[in-house]
Amino acid sequence: MQARHVDPLPALGVGYDIVVVGTSWGGLAALRTFVSGVPDTFMMAITLVQHRHKDSDHLLRVLLQEHTRLEVCEVEDKMPLQHGRIYVAPPDYHTLVEPGHFSLSTDAPVRYSRPSIDVTFSSAADSYGHRTVGIVLTGANADGSQGLRQISDRGGMAIVQDPATAESPTMPAAAVKAVPRARVMSLAGISAFLGSLPAGVPEREDA
Amino acid sequence: MSSETSLAGAPSTYNPDLERLEIELLLEGVFRHYGFDFRAYAYASIRRRLWKRVEGEQLRTISGLQARILHDTEAMERLLLDLSVNVTAMFRDPSFYREFREKVVPLLRTYPFIRIWHAGCSTGEEVFSMAILLEEEGLYDRARLYATDINDVVLQRAKQGIFPLDRMQEYTENYMKAGGKRSFSEYYTAKYDGALFSPSLTRNVVFSQHNLVTDRSFSEFHVIFCRNVLIYFDKTLQNRVHSLFYDSLVMFGLMALGSKESLKFSQYEPCYEKLSVTEKLYRKVH
Repeated sequence: MQARHVDPLPALGVGYDIVVVGTSWGGLAALRTFVSGVPDTFMMAITLVQHRHKDSDHLLRVLLQEHTRLEVCEVEDKMPLQHGRIYVAPPDYHTLVEPGHFSLSTDAPVRYSRPSIDVTFSSAADSYGHRTVGIVLTGANADGSQGLRQISDRGGMAIVQDPATAESPTMPAAAVKAVPRARVMSLAGISAFLGSLPAGVPEREDA
Repeated sequence: MSSETSLAGAPSTYNPDLERLEIELLLEGVFRHYGFDFRAYAYASIRRRLWKRVEGEQLRTISGLQARILHDTEAMERLLLDLSVNVTAMFRDPSFYREFREKVVPLLRTYPFIRIWHAGCSTGEEVFSMAILLEEEGLYDRARLYATDINDVVLQRAKQGIFPLDRMQEYTENYMKAGGKRSFSEYYTAKYDGALFSPSLTRNVVFSQHNLVTDRSFSEFHVIFCRNVLIYFDKTLQNRVHSLFYDSLVMFGLMALGSKESLKFSQYEPCYEKLSVTEKLYRKVH
């Protein structure tokens, strides 16, 4: 009865280096559930992009740290990407993923958003290609769907929170529409599924 | 079925290596033909900006853009604006300006004359913010502000001191949060859809073209502002510019970076001490 075609699991020996997660309205509660479900031994680098007010402080990082033993950091320009860490995109900047590190930009908001989920996803797809996992969670706009499409088009894994379980279904519904073969799961299902994926060893950029 | 079989690798329509080659060739062309060196800019950002210009010119490829800008100087000027304008706001990050008043102003009072460099000043929002702050602290008349940018078009705009009227509400809020001592509207007059700032704010400002990538130091400064400019550079170029800043600062001079920039990832961290826990204010100590 499997009606939808989903992205195939990777072949043996192929791992994922980076997970990018985008969310907006309802995101704080969703991210808490999400990070608390990620295993303490998780090896990939996780980057969280949550739409928030430009003057918000470090509270998001602090709140999330209470729910995981993985180290949670707020991104600064040229910060290296290390496996087993959770990175939070800072407010009022775009966070771009380069091979091995982050770059920030103050370019104009994209679809009223800075950080823009699409910008982060698109740069992750460009830098890590099929070694990227993109996840779209609850939200009240359509940010993230284009970027998720790019991740999927380049052979990466696309995952979307089941709109029926999302506090605000607009964003996950738009993502499923843009990437029909994305895997659709509950929040708890997403964390558990991530834990079952093979992690690659992140390439050292200076190597 | 063909789209499924190609899933394991990259889709045939998109080739990242080819795209990188096109981008490198374009930047090489810009450098050799026009002298602007963007070759060491952060790749992900410049890639975004180039594609925006490709769309703006209604082209389809980076190579197409290369052909156009090499043969059409007006297209090159548009690209230069895309690549060099850094979007900012007056009193962006109000907490930074509050900290500057508390931690830096007392130090500046000890100098008989203060030279300040705004490196990569873009359209001048930060220069006007600093002029206002120094005016209110009674330091402006012994200060000289050097506002430089690679792009002469934005410098001309900065000189005019006209900012969009529809942003004054945001700037007023920023100004108040930044510890402003007067009413923000005292500093400008509304004119059509622009806010014209008092020309007296620029009486001690020198605007001039300077390229951080290729030009050298031109003086010794007590304070260097370079906020959210280096984020567009790659790490090698960042280090080169930090070397330029280091050489351009007096001993115990101050450097201000953007709130999400850090010396931590550069070679120059040991040369400075942090002057603030929360803001990116550094003091040259070695």
